Amino acid sequence: MNSEELQQIAEAVRLEHEKYDYEINVCMGAGCLAQHSDKFKDALAKEVESSGKRCHVRSAGCLGLCAAGPLALVDPIEVRYGHLRESDAKEVIASLGGKPVERLEMHLENYFQGQQHVVLENCGRIDPEKIEEYISRGGYEALLKALTEMDPQGVIDQIAKSGLRGRGGGGYPTGLKWGTVAKAVGSPKYVICNGDEGDPGAFMDRSVLEGDPQRVIEGMVIAAYAVGATKGYIYVRAEYPLAVSRFSASLREARRHGFLGANICGTPLLFDIEIRLGAGAFVCGEETALIASIEGKRGTPRTRPPYPAVSGLWNCPTLINNVETFANVAPILRNGAEWFAGMGTAHSKGTKVFALTGKITNTGLVEIPMGMPLREIIFSIGGGVPDGHKFKAVQTGGPSGGCLPEEHLDLNISYDALIGAGSMMGSGGMIVMDDTSCMVNVARFFVEFCMTESCGKCIPCRAGTAQMFGLLSKICNGEASHQDLDLLIDLCDVVKNTSLCGLGQTAPNPVLSTLRYFRDEYLEHIDHHRCPAGVCACNARTPKAELAEVTV
Amino acid sequence: MSASVDVKTLVIDGVDVSARQDQTVLDVARENNIFIPTLCHLEGLSEVGACRLCLVEIKGSPKLFPACVLKVEEGMEVITHSERLLHYRQTILELLFAERNHVCAVCVANGNCELQTIAQSQRLTHVRLPYRNPKLPVDLSHERFAADHNRCILCTRCVRVCAEIEGAHVWDVMGRGIDSMVITDLNDPWGSSSCTRCGKCVQVCPTGALFDKSKVGVSHPKSPEFLPYLNLMREEQ
Repeated sequence: MNSEELQQIAEAVRLEHEKYDYEINVCMGAGCLAQHSDKFKDALAKEVESSGKRCHVRSAGCLGLCAAGPLALVDPIEVRYGHLRESDAKEVIASLGGKPVERLEMHLENYFQGQQHVVLENCGRIDPEKIEEYISRGGYEALLKALTEMDPQGVIDQIAKSGLRGRGGGGYPTGLKWGTVAKAVGSPKYVICNGDEGDPGAFMDRSVLEGDPQRVIEGMVIAAYAVGATKGYIYVRAEYPLAVSRFSASLREARRHGFLGANICGTPLLFDIEIRLGAGAFVCGEETALIASIEGKRGTPRTRPPYPAVSGLWNCPTLINNVETFANVAPILRNGAEWFAGMGTAHSKGTKVFALTGKITNTGLVEIPMGMPLREIIFSIGGGVPDGHKFKAVQTGGPSGGCLPEEHLDLNISYDALIGAGSMMGSGGMIVMDDTSCMVNVARFFVEFCMTESCGKCIPCRAGTAQMFGLLSKICNGEASHQDLDLLIDLCDVVKNTSLCGLGQTAPNPVLSTLRYFRDEYLEHIDHHRCPAGVCACNARTPKAELAEVTV
Repeated sequence: MSASVDVKTLVIDGVDVSARQDQTVLDVARENNIFIPTLCHLEGLSEVGACRLCLVEIKGSPKLFPACVLKVEEGMEVITHSERLLHYRQTILELLFAERNHVCAVCVANGNCELQTIAQSQRLTHVRLPYRNPKLPVDLSHERFAADHNRCILCTRCVRVCAEIEGAHVWDVMGRGIDSMVITDLNDPWGSSSCTRCGKCVQVCPTGALFDKSKVGVSHPKSPEFLPYLNLMREEQ
């Protein structure tokens, strides 16, 4: 494959599209499919045939606003329809050329204004299983550019200059990681893509894998060229069957076009990717546990150093990055490091995809430039809290993150600002809570999650989270004393500082952040056996309450 | 002449010590009679760094490091005993005592138990945490040995000795988190498992979780000291 052939493919796709006046992209992501978007698509196709209109119906990836599914986007008039049913197909096709169907149209100026799509630029615009459509939108240009015009060190320099940091949560500088693996001694070298997205309420990686899988493959091949790897693995959780089937179809397509295998694009580069399925363990998102799992061992983390960059998969140098990190690679090489570094803040460059969920009007996938205030994401893009309720907190970073209250809403999203406020970027889950949420109960939920997902290897995480869960349950039930609260705080400190891996070290964060900002709610449960939000059943008869009754 | 090995000098608890570059801080500390508590570590087995009792401070870093896997570095200043470390070690021991049913008075290992000894050395007087009192099985199916899961601390010494030294890999870990259990084969009774009856797991078990049936009611000291010698002899062969 050379650039002329790429252009020929792109040209062929363009000519094909010229045959149509309209293109309707129907979302075939897991969320919309669950609401039968496939039936709607079939109905559309039938309608198009009978109406004789020059319209192309496409199975596309995620269109963003998942709560309003099934969704469809009509090109080129940029009309978005939501809540589509099979019976709406006739009306939608009939409206082409005239006024859009008012009943189904969604007015989402606020939702898209302020968003900046880099990772999601093709999501919902292409058929994820057709490599030609990816190529027609600039796909694999970056790989060809890297292979023909740049040496491996040049690629690493570009990534380093762009300021890209790991999107899995840690925020480690990607260029530095690539450079380390490139310099590491050992053969063969491996590239691993971490798609074991397990945070509650997070679905960014799934949407990218379902909507634009070729982008991840391109990023991985570029990485392999840069670090000198010959074999790649993508570790996807088995709970994402659609992402897995689309990705394996995409791997076949990429092989067929010579982007994987031997002599990639006519150069001596040899690289192929294999899919490994996770068996439902959250801890396998931790890099050393993930590597153990790929090796066929029990998925438990090990102490670092040595880091995987030096000794990873089968003790060989291994580059391990998140899906979203790899998805950023091709645009950086295509548009230049300066372009990427032009977005975001001083130390957090580019954009970040968030899965906006919880008590929010516009639930879905958003991609925003780093540095955007939380308030804008929640109230402008997200449309605020529905049903007249009051905003209370936003939870970022999954079970490792924290809850930020109203007064932190003007915080500009960046790795360092979020950590400073007691939360973290995490992989991109963003859960909005209103006044019907009890913060103690929220903390208990996340600690329970960490308790059941702990691998059980080290004692502080295994037994510590279980004890923390017990104490939090006691507080929720209105049975706790101040000594219990002190003990909880002490345990948080121990678990945070003595656990072996990131899961344990960050497990106390939801407790610590809610204690920092919502201590009054904890005290209300303890002192007055009352849950301010009315969530917890605090009416357990406590000795204190009984005493009060007796004196009356 | 063997290949040259670099020698490093470092400071542990204010004492200047020297070490080969491939040594861990724990090795060097023990050589110099500086006591660091450990439960999962055992000389002769691979390190897992799981019990977190050997965590030490390094001057200039807010993080704690497990001494059993921490390689020595030139000029490193290690602190193995501080108020903070003592508190963490005590809390970890409390977590262990509250996790399962550790009742010394009725335990076959009473007086010969590493958990008990370390708790005494760390001046643990009471447990602040509620006991979880889980209902756990006792496997008496083996003709010579028994496994009492109530006393297991999941140090995985038995798993490692069986896989690495005996080469049988009968023991492994099942489940996750607080529900983890050591099992023989695919959770078969020990007596009908592929056990070679060598008894190494019993000798390395730090508590009374694995014990010799014939020792019930009498003193049951364990002798894990055979491991380094065994490894040495195998290397020479």
